[in-house]
Amino acid sequence: MKILVGYKRVVDYNVRIQVKPDGSGVVTDGVKLSANPFDDIALEEALRLREKGVATEVVVVGIGPADLTAHLRNGLAMGANRAIHVVAADAVQPLTAARVFLKLVEKEQPGLVILGKQAIDDDANQTGQMLAALWDRPQATFASKVEIANGKATVTREVDAGLEVIEAELPAVITTDLRLNEPRFIKLPDIMKAKSKPIDTIEFSSLGVEAHDHLKTTHYAAPAKRSKGVMVKDAAELVAALKQKGLL
Amino acid sequence: MSKILVIAEHLGGKLNSSTARAVSAAIAVKGEAIDVLVLADSVDAIAAEAAKIDGVSRVLTVARAENAHPLAAVLAPQIAKAAAGYSHVFVPSTTFGKDVAPRVAALLGVAQVSDVMSVEGAHTFKRPIYAGNAIITVEADPAYAVVATIRSASWPAAAIGANNAPVEALAVDVVLPTHTRFIELKQGASDRPDLQSASKVVSGGRGVGSKENFDIIFKFADKIGAAVGASRAAVDAGYVPSDLQVGQTGKIIAPELYMAIGISGAIQHLTGIKDAGTIVAINKDAEAPIFEVADFGLVGDLFKLIPELEASL
Ligand SMILES: Cc1cc2nc3c(=O)[nH]c(=O)nc-3n(C[C@H](O)[C@H](O)[C@H](O)COP(=O)(O)OP(=O)(O)OC[C@H]3O[C@@H](n4cnc5c(N)ncnc54)[C@H](O)[C@@H]3O)c2cc1C
Ligand SMILES: Nc1ncnc2c1ncn2[C@@H]1O[C@H](COP(=O)(O)O)[C@@H](O)[C@H]1O
Repeated sequence: MKILVGYKRVVDYNVRIQVKPDGSGVVTDGVKLSANPFDDIALEEALRLREKGVATEVVVVGIGPADLTAHLRNGLAMGANRAIHVVAADAVQPLTAARVFLKLVEKEQPGLVILGKQAIDDDANQTGQMLAALWDRPQATFASKVEIANGKATVTREVDAGLEVIEAELPAVITTDLRLNEPRFIKLPDIMKAKSKPIDTIEFSSLGVEAHDHLKTTHYAAPAKRSKGVMVKDAAELVAALKQKGLL
Repeated sequence: MSKILVIAEHLGGKLNSSTARAVSAAIAVKGEAIDVLVLADSVDAIAAEAAKIDGVSRVLTVARAENAHPLAAVLAPQIAKAAAGYSHVFVPSTTFGKDVAPRVAALLGVAQVSDVMSVEGAHTFKRPIYAGNAIITVEADPAYAVVATIRSASWPAAAIGANNAPVEALAVDVVLPTHTRFIELKQGASDRPDLQSASKVVSGGRGVGSKENFDIIFKFADKIGAAVGASRAAVDAGYVPSDLQVGQTGKIIAPELYMAIGISGAIQHLTGIKDAGTIVAINKDAEAPIFEVADFGLVGDLFKLIPELEASL
């Protein structure tokens, strides 16, 4: 079985995001970029399934600008067999990303597609569900445990009410939650090995995907700031203050 | 004119308050009709509750055995079919809505607006990105239906009680997939207030130190009638179950009182509490970032301070 993994590059989660003063975007020049944390988890899960003999090949997919190669090499160094780079100059919206994944799915015929539950830049949380709909296959979102046997995935999902377990026939789309696993670190020799692994490059325009974007972002703003409060000296003063506000 | 379809969220035969919050967002669109769609195996009790929500024009129901559990692959085709003729489909931005709404949007061939914080016009919305560190204004093409998830913490629940909207059964003629099956829901049985709708929340972080120590948080919360929450570090360390996590990847909440105890205040945690009324921080590190957003800060050891707080109540 082949597994396709979404491997998006985003602004590193430790970066303090600054909105440009003219509201035209956020500052991305010179800031550290990393793999979307949920995608590292997706890749780790795919690698573990390969190590268990459930999967035979793990392919990382990135949709983005020409300089995405170094990022995809990290995915290869972590252990993916090969990478697919869909070259798109502009950031693609989730529906477009899902349509791209559908094209790749038709070509690659994977048994499983594992994506992150959300990309921490747009925080959309859409692509996996959209792909599953377009592909007309099961989705198991927010996964914290995955078991594959007898042509189906048994997935534990983190939902508001607790943990939900569902069963999905393969092929299927899984999206990862943080507690699914802890991604491995990349070792130096693996970086060397990754240099010889193949990266297929596909032009976005050659896929015949409609990139009609129904949504336009017209303005970026910094969030309303909470004003700094007061420090109280002890428990009694805190209780008194909260009682005065009618909170206790 | 706009016609809005709000998808009801429910569990165990009861309507979730996220539904009335999504109705508030629908009211802000100022359209001509707001219909609530209830998909369940037995719909009557849920529909009766939904019919009482202020602003609701009609409640539409689809009663099918397959709708006993909220499987996105099963619900989405029915919602997409029911959406014909509506300009907007609003779904609560809970794990239920986040799971099903994009599947609906893709079936309709439209993009989705996630986590709507405010409605600026029928096709203009504000939503957070980068864990709430930027707020964007998004304009949707009026030629297409808008599918959106509604960020519950940004919207008060529409009043329940005065309305008496008609309830109508809807026939949606679609073949449902059988490739996805519900197995079980493991719920932590708790008689404490629900984290997402509680007016007071007490959260513990890594500073609490262990599963056993977390009892001090539970006891204090019980004393003041609060729900219990936690940071990701506390959940990862196994102190509490994952459904108590507050933050970017946990629950986004807006209680009147939020008490963060032994929580440093990482940006991903703060995202979950931005809309809280009053934030209290208790931390032994005076430099902890949580104090930058706290209305009341108290520096010290939580194991000493919590008993003192209890004594002062
Ligand atoms: C993609 C991504 C998503 C994330 N999503 C979330 C999320 O949804 N929610 C979330 O919470 N985090 C999330 N995180 C993790 C987040 O970055 C932090 O790691 C986490 O919030 C830290 O939890 P904490 O404050 O409990 O632990 P720490 O940062 O370790 O802080 C513990 C605090 O306890 C204090 N303390 C220790 N002992 C005592 C004592 N005896 N008395 C008083 N104070 C004491 C310490 O001074 C310290 O400030 C996410 C991270 C990533 C990368
Ligand atoms: N441009 C992209 N390149 C690779 N993977 C992507 C891209 N966009 C979305 N994905 C995948 O879809 C997931 C969810 O993204 P989103 O719906 O934008 O929150 C991500 O975690 C990735 O796995």
